[in-house]
Amino acid sequence: MSIGYAEMEAVYGANQSFVARVWESRTKYLVGAVCLVIATIMLLPLLASLTASIKSTGEAAAVPPTYIPQSFSLDSYLKLWSYQSGLPTYLFNSFTTAFLTIAFSLGLTVPAAYALARFPIPGKELLFVFLLLALIIPYQALLTPIFLMFASLKLTNSLVGLAIIHTAIQLPFSLYIMRNSFEAVPKELEEAAVIDGCSTFQVLWKICLPSVVPAMITVALFAFITSWNEFLGALVMMNRDATFTLPLILAATRTATSQGGTDWGLLQAGVTVSIIPCVGVYLLLQKYYVSGLLNGAVK
Amino acid sequence: MYDTKANKLIGLFYLAPALLFVAAFTAYPFLQMLWLSLNSWSLITPPKYVGFDNFTKAFADRQFWISLGFTLKYTLLITPILMIGGYLLALLTAANTPIRRFTRAAIFVPVVIGLGASSLLWYWLLSTDYGFVNRILLDIGLIAKPIIWLGVDADTSNWAVIISVVWKVLGFGMILFVAAIQAIPSEVNEATMVDGASYWQRVTKVTLPLTLRTVLLVTLVSVIGSLLAFDQFYIMTAGQPQNLTATSVFYVYLNSFPYLKLGYGAALSLILAAIILVFTIVQMVLTRRSHS
Repeated sequence: MSIGYAEMEAVYGANQSFVARVWESRTKYLVGAVCLVIATIMLLPLLASLTASIKSTGEAAAVPPTYIPQSFSLDSYLKLWSYQSGLPTYLFNSFTTAFLTIAFSLGLTVPAAYALARFPIPGKELLFVFLLLALIIPYQALLTPIFLMFASLKLTNSLVGLAIIHTAIQLPFSLYIMRNSFEAVPKELEEAAVIDGCSTFQVLWKICLPSVVPAMITVALFAFITSWNEFLGALVMMNRDATFTLPLILAATRTATSQGGTDWGLLQAGVTVSIIPCVGVYLLLQKYYVSGLLNGAVK
Repeated sequence: MYDTKANKLIGLFYLAPALLFVAAFTAYPFLQMLWLSLNSWSLITPPKYVGFDNFTKAFADRQFWISLGFTLKYTLLITPILMIGGYLLALLTAANTPIRRFTRAAIFVPVVIGLGASSLLWYWLLSTDYGFVNRILLDIGLIAKPIIWLGVDADTSNWAVIISVVWKVLGFGMILFVAAIQAIPSEVNEATMVDGASYWQRVTKVTLPLTLRTVLLVTLVSVIGSLLAFDQFYIMTAGQPQNLTATSVFYVYLNSFPYLKLGYGAALSLILAAIILVFTIVQMVLTRRSHS
């Protein structure tokens, strides 16, 4: 596009009137200014949450709220650290569930995608559609029967149980991304390996896997973010405080009080803590995130 | 080279874990939900077969219609804002200059944070006395006294939630629109520039038609997401006032879990799933058609 503009300049630049040129540079600065204003508006709520979390408890409850913190205090974080079962427990629960979700997602979809991309399985198309079943039935609608099943399997109040739900939510996306990635691997490499006498498992492990690492990162990234943020499934499955994930305990801090009102500093400390890992992995793995969206959400 | 008889079995073996997983945790629960919807069950007494009573009850249930109506209203209000807003932002930031990249990243950050976290953030920003929204509106003189955003008036609450969700998901559509706009071959743009078309003529005659597929698909993803809204209302309004802001998923949740009307909850779930299915089928047909 920039090349296009440059060529236009070269062809039409000479004929352009002075007014038009001034107007053009005006729009350029105007667009830049609009961009910055929008970026500021989008980032301000996050900044506000962060500043509220480091105000003293008294200042965080001030009416009207202060724009710039007049005090600095880590009290809200200290309170959060020991809130109910304590922040370490909730962080542990959230991270464990997220990592189990990643492990389940990869463990299920890597071999399945390999099979779908390569093997002459009878009724393959139909099986693929069956595997995408969760696309058609929203998991929100299935929570009652899943709860009943988990209650009999002793999987309620269990991080493994919650990770299973999160894996099921993500499965169509994970499988779709993995299958496309396997299909893009050139078959020649595998043929050579088979001639050398490798089993299919060795082919998968040694030849295909290195080529599908980017897809695995994408699957893991989305699994992490989904699991870390998921609320309704956790709300239904977890009823013991010690098994809560971060979103649940955050919602609970809404009712935590200090000096007779909601403890806003504590609440925003919680919000900040739960936002950081998501934004962190996103910034680190941005290109996988965007490519995952492009391949998974639209195609 | 994979075409051997043995590989049919080996392939199935690789596929088996995923098949079993979906059978156990999606297909079986779905079948059980069909069965549940035909029964009356509260966990305490044994389930009793009631035929289609749960469905006839749903259609006569005032709160069911209130919830469905509210969910549709929320969807109808938020979708155009997300689509038009997202598209305008995409037009603004599609070129790859540093300032535009930065703006895109800033708009996209809220997409990756949780709906729960963003709802709690806005629950505070929109709180009557402690929140920044009222403070700013008061300071610039737009309002004379603080607005009670959440939980008192259903429409005001709806708009408050919409503000927070727009902030959170605007970047989702934008990033996909940006990709679609960037995929337009530069020759197409150059040709229209030579023709002397104005910027907005180019947008409506070239950019928009060429990115229509993405716009339609993002619209459907967004509509389905809005029809399934729960977290934001559970956290920000708790359904108040008088369950007027309880969405469909919220009402399913209330019946299934706090009230333990499992059969009725399942019937409501099925009705909701059927509504979503219509939109999903439209989406699939659309994807197929635009591929060929």
